[in-house]
Amino acid sequence: MTGLELPAWAALPAGVLLIVGGLLVVIGSLGLLRMPDFYARMHPPTMGTTLGTGCVLIASMLVSSAVAGRPVIHEILITLFLVMTTPVSAMTLMTAAMSRAPKV
Amino acid sequence: MSDFFAFAVLFATLCAGLAMVLASARLFRGPSAQDRVLAFDTFYVNGMLLLLMQAMRTGSPVYFDMALLIALFGFVGTFALARFLLRGEVIEP
Repeated sequence: MTGLELPAWAALPAGVLLIVGGLLVVIGSLGLLRMPDFYARMHPPTMGTTLGTGCVLIASMLVSSAVAGRPVIHEILITLFLVMTTPVSAMTLMTAAMSRAPKV
Repeated sequence: MSDFFAFAVLFATLCAGLAMVLASARLFRGPSAQDRVLAFDTFYVNGMLLLLMQAMRTGSPVYFDMALLIALFGFVGTFALARFLLRGEVIEP
């Protein structure tokens, strides 16, 4: 299917990290769909966007390093960007939700 | 070993696709606007992961740039929408 011939030291950890990351992403989105109210819904996708993305990006670094034959770490740009921006957008969204909530 | 990696990439791709379907269900169903913005945030992150998995399947380096651009513009979109919900304007005069 892939046409890629990876050595075992890259294929095994990358496969395990991909499976773990995929499961985390699905669990996060399922929590987004199933949680009862908005403040509870803020929590589950965070796991998918940080831990799941981290797992997939480490797997991607392993694969591209094995393909190129030298250490390739440019995926760390996406990691840094997501780590910096996810709390900002979550905090802004939570402030907006609190200001829009009906006053009691 | 290569079979295991191919299975893992396929499994993760299906997982990310299922996560996009679940997030878009919340996007269409969301009772309030902030629910939809949160679902959009999850949706673009899952789409970016789908692109990264495609990059691992084909071994092509062009998908990385697309993933970086999706992360960049997705954050801008989420921040602008949340700012609009908060203040009623995106850029204040």
